[in-house]
Amino acid sequence: MDYATLLQVLDATLRLATPLMLACIAGLYSERAGIFDIGLEGKMLAAAMCAGAVAALTGSAWLGLLAGVGGSLIFALIHGVTSITFRGNQLISGVALNFLAAGLTVLMAQSLFGQGGRTPPLNGEARFQPITLPFAETLQSVPVIGPFYEEVISGHSVLVYAAFAVVGLTWFVLYRTRFGLRLRAVGENPAAVDTAGISVKGLRYGAVLITGVLCGLAGAYMATALQAGFGKDMTAGRGYIALAALIFAKWRPVAAMWTCLLFGFFQALANRPDVVEAVVQFKVPVPFLTALPYILTVLALAGFVGRAIPPRAGGEPYVKER
Amino acid sequence: MERLPRWADVALVPLVSLTLAFTIAALIILAIGQDPWEAITVMVQGTVMDAYGWGYTLYYATSFMFTGLAVCVAFHAAMFNIGGEGQALLGGLGVALVCLFIPWPHWSLALLAATLSAAAFGAIWAAIPAYLQAKRGSHIVITTIMFNYIAASLLQYLLVNTLKPVGQSDPASANFPDATHLPALNDIPLVNLFFTKPVPANITLFIALGMAVAVWVLLWHTRLGYQIRAFGKSEPAARYAGINPTRIIMIVMILSGALAGMMAVNNVMGEAERLLGNSASGAGFIGIAVALMGRNHPLGVVLAALLFGFLFQGGAELGLWTKIPIEMRIVVQGLVILFTGALDVMVRMLLGRIFAAFRARAEGAA
Repeated sequence: MDYATLLQVLDATLRLATPLMLACIAGLYSERAGIFDIGLEGKMLAAAMCAGAVAALTGSAWLGLLAGVGGSLIFALIHGVTSITFRGNQLISGVALNFLAAGLTVLMAQSLFGQGGRTPPLNGEARFQPITLPFAETLQSVPVIGPFYEEVISGHSVLVYAAFAVVGLTWFVLYRTRFGLRLRAVGENPAAVDTAGISVKGLRYGAVLITGVLCGLAGAYMATALQAGFGKDMTAGRGYIALAALIFAKWRPVAAMWTCLLFGFFQALANRPDVVEAVVQFKVPVPFLTALPYILTVLALAGFVGRAIPPRAGGEPYVKER
Repeated sequence: MERLPRWADVALVPLVSLTLAFTIAALIILAIGQDPWEAITVMVQGTVMDAYGWGYTLYYATSFMFTGLAVCVAFHAAMFNIGGEGQALLGGLGVALVCLFIPWPHWSLALLAATLSAAAFGAIWAAIPAYLQAKRGSHIVITTIMFNYIAASLLQYLLVNTLKPVGQSDPASANFPDATHLPALNDIPLVNLFFTKPVPANITLFIALGMAVAVWVLLWHTRLGYQIRAFGKSEPAARYAGINPTRIIMIVMILSGALAGMMAVNNVMGEAERLLGNSASGAGFIGIAVALMGRNHPLGVVLAALLFGFLFQGGAELGLWTKIPIEMRIVVQGLVILFTGALDVMVRMLLGRIFAAFRARAEGAA
């Protein structure tokens, strides 16, 4: 594989890793606060539909983004109400919301646009356009680094850079702020947090809503940046890959970023089987590349890649008085 | 919280949940500018008003009985098997291998072998997550989700690279030989007095009903069933009573996977008569709704499977005859899971208050 092809694959990696990264960090907030969320997929899908629809109607990608976050927040709120207020089973709630999102998005897109459950193709201002970073042109002549900067680092939509910023910010919030400490505590030992006079419900609602906002960004990116519009089931299991990445990264933000980049790399390779074949000298089946994130996650869960221990209070509703 | 009387627990809670789910579904239909009354008329007419509709409703219900029982058995040991979809896909592979590569003299022998093979393949696919849960503590929900996707990839690979006949373009296996074709309900004497036209519902329906009875006997009339339920209620107590957790988790998940795998006999062998890529078509997930709705009792599962068969077939009718997209059925599924599963406590709180109010008034009167 020559350098130009490598750059192409890495460029695709960055684009494909972005929704995974946003959704993965989204899940991190919720799960660190002790609320399991297998509804990342549904929230992304809802956001993608809202973003695609509003961007198509208003012609503004930013308004689309806002609508996407709004749509995702509604689903996050339902998850919060069922799992925090009514102490329902968080896994079942997630499954239900994924179904609801899969159906409702098609229903709404169909009733709004009548184009077989998709939103009209977006172009121009209705889509997030690639940004050329400063000096991308001038540095192009510098060997090795120049093309890397120009091809891989530069030329993505603003949401790609936002995703990396979210990772840094999350690390800071989680490990360097009072809110982060409390968030981690409420996922490990909510009773202790309660004893300290801090609202367990308040913290958990906060975490679930942050999850909603970030899934909203992930979904909006899918519909208004990665692709031009919403299509039925367009997230195609990315919410579950993000969940897998979260476990593989053992619920830590920076590790989550690297894992999502790795999983994004696999997705990029699955689109380029010719490149894979040229490198390893034999034909690697595409389904194997598609399944690789899941296989790796199972191995991680099995403890072959270090032990993945979830937050202790994860999945258990908190009952204040016994 | 107020304790509900038993009849309310068994019948009233699911009924109220279902009413809430359908009310919201009706509002959604109104919101997209369609008529809910027309929708329900179309659904009823296309499902239960003639033999043809029943043929489809029962066909879907058969699949959902298997996956519903699969989820139900696992639930009793407090295991949430969300991998029915993958186990059913593997079950399909088991059916296909048996039907394609062994020359069967008669469909009854083929049915027996295919059922066992489907069960074995489904069981193996559930046994790996079960082992990881029992020995390594890996969360069964996550591993079974991962195994759904791995199963889909595995099947896609096998269909494209090995099972697809030369010269065929769509990723599917060859058609099964005629000797393996199962009798549909219209081929069975006496039953064919009602089903006069060809329908997809087939003899597998009776296997599903038999399995429901078997699960009932296992759970409530055997020592193993008692151990499973004890383990599900309280793991520490079960452990203290000498019940081996690894053994229970393995047995329960193998049974659950086998039941989910057997679903393939209905759709792969009974209907498609060849192996397709997405053969399970969501039935594994519907099993969750069916088990929740059926209150984890085999009889409840059978009834809930009929309800979902009605919804599934009715949803297809909506897609055909109205402007409501076929995806409406996914929305209803989601709503039913939400209200019967996740918002169970809300419904109980609501009913508990009402019962308490009635009791207070009765006491006041006396």
